[in-house]
Amino acid sequence: MGPGVLSRIADLRAWIFLVLLLIFFETWANVAYGVTFIGNTYNLQSIGIFATAPLLLALGQTFVIISAGIDLSVGFTMGLAAVVSAHVANLGMSHFGLNPLLAMLLGLLSGIAVAFIPGLVNGWLIARLRVPPFIGTLGMYGIARGAAFLIAGGMTVPVSNEWFAYIGNGRIYGVPILVIIAVVVIFLMHYLLSQTKFGQHTYALGASRVAAVRSGINVGGLTMRIYLLAAVCAGLAGALYSARFTAGAAQAGEPLLLSSIAAVVIGGASLFGGSGTIAGTVAGALVIAVIEYGLVFINVEPFWQFIAVGVVIIISVLVDQSQRKLLGGRQDD
Amino acid sequence: MTEPLLDVRGVSKYFGGVHALEDVSMDLHAGEVVALAGDNGAGKSTLIKAISGVHKVDRGDILLEGKPVTYESPQQARDHGIETIYQDLALADNLSIGANIFLGREPKRKAFGFLPVLDRGLMADAAKETMRRLDFHVDRLSAPVSAFSGGQRQAVAIGRAIYWNAKILIMDEPTAALGVPEQRKVIALIKSLKEQGKGVIFISHNLGDIFAVADRIVVLRRGIKAGERKPDETTGDEIVRLMVGG
Repeated sequence: MGPGVLSRIADLRAWIFLVLLLIFFETWANVAYGVTFIGNTYNLQSIGIFATAPLLLALGQTFVIISAGIDLSVGFTMGLAAVVSAHVANLGMSHFGLNPLLAMLLGLLSGIAVAFIPGLVNGWLIARLRVPPFIGTLGMYGIARGAAFLIAGGMTVPVSNEWFAYIGNGRIYGVPILVIIAVVVIFLMHYLLSQTKFGQHTYALGASRVAAVRSGINVGGLTMRIYLLAAVCAGLAGALYSARFTAGAAQAGEPLLLSSIAAVVIGGASLFGGSGTIAGTVAGALVIAVIEYGLVFINVEPFWQFIAVGVVIIISVLVDQSQRKLLGGRQDD
Repeated sequence: MTEPLLDVRGVSKYFGGVHALEDVSMDLHAGEVVALAGDNGAGKSTLIKAISGVHKVDRGDILLEGKPVTYESPQQARDHGIETIYQDLALADNLSIGANIFLGREPKRKAFGFLPVLDRGLMADAAKETMRRLDFHVDRLSAPVSAFSGGQRQAVAIGRAIYWNAKILIMDEPTAALGVPEQRKVIALIKSLKEQGKGVIFISHNLGDIFAVADRIVVLRRGIKAGERKPDETTGDEIVRLMVGG
């Protein structure tokens, strides 16, 4: 079973890459500064927190990309959710006299709820009106961006709510609460993608729309649900952003859109659809977080981050292509 | 004579002013293979689309086991046991044979006694059993169908149909995209379907295939049935004459 072993290694390539990166930074930190990189709990916590938002966006994006689509609007859906969360939490306390805990819950849930709007509109455009995903979600990118800035009044929206701060910065047995939430979402998404009809049909849609339609799958409804899921992930990321910084900002997710796509691609998904895994996406998001955090840790000028992540994206795509050739993704007959 | 599985009586289909089919009749018995021959635009595709529920007929009747049927969608035709295998096969290349057979109707089991998960074991077993019935022996049951040859993929598409107890299989140019050894394999496949008592209608341009496997040959020309022959009572020349006219 040569090809089996090979393809399993290929599936794990993002994880292998992650381990190599950790070894690299560990060695550098040891040699140059005589300190440990991964032995430092603070570093691990920071990387975990740092990775949470792009990872949440990437988890939703994984479904979209496997279905042969793309969602460009998740960054500003996240910003919209962050602003709405902060506003609603403030309103809950100031106007409705809620206690901080209830106001926090209402705020976070509102952030997730508001994400349904861009999600449903994206799904409707793409599923019913057959707008290409790139264009439909590009339009939504602008709409969500404008709406977020309008609601925020062009400024960041500070929240003074100790429960918000606790969710965003608290730790349980040393593990940041944000990381615990992310891990729960990871397992949920892994289950959805690998063990449900929804996940199976997402793969089928990405490989062959015709096959999905002829199998009696409701492709329109499926597409709606995929874009809704991506938006809800972004909504959760936005709500957690406002908790982490105790402030909502419209531009919260702006730099994270490309990170989310990069994480999915580094994780082994094909932008042509039909392949990708949650485990891969998690590794992809961690690779990006480790590069960005690690370069700061070893005192490299921060602008090198962009270059390093860019190089990693290109390498992953090249590896993916040569793997397809090697393993005979047999462009049949 | 026993009642035919499928009885098409005087079917006509118009697209605007174009007569795609005009008063065409044919029947199909269990364990029988009928070849549909005809030039491009002769109405072969329209006829199989009428039978498989894609087109509604404008005149005439379609009877299944003696009962007249009308369907609103291909899904309803499928519920009646009519499966169509198009030339593009419509397989999800990234999924396993089992996942393709069950696509849209995936079986579930409970993990840890409560969590519903896809029953991949059942899918793999069904895939193995189905492929064995078609005399294709595959052991890589978790491999995506893109890893298999053209003939094997054809078998997967057929397997998907017979697993769901199709009585009538309609195949559009099943051998067109295949190399010679694979074509032979598909012809053998059609013969084994016949032995299993299925009714098969297949469209082909290849007279060799038609004569190798068909019990009857229905020839269409410009939407009209130009003739019906048995392979041992006709010649390739006559079939071609019927196809092109004159």
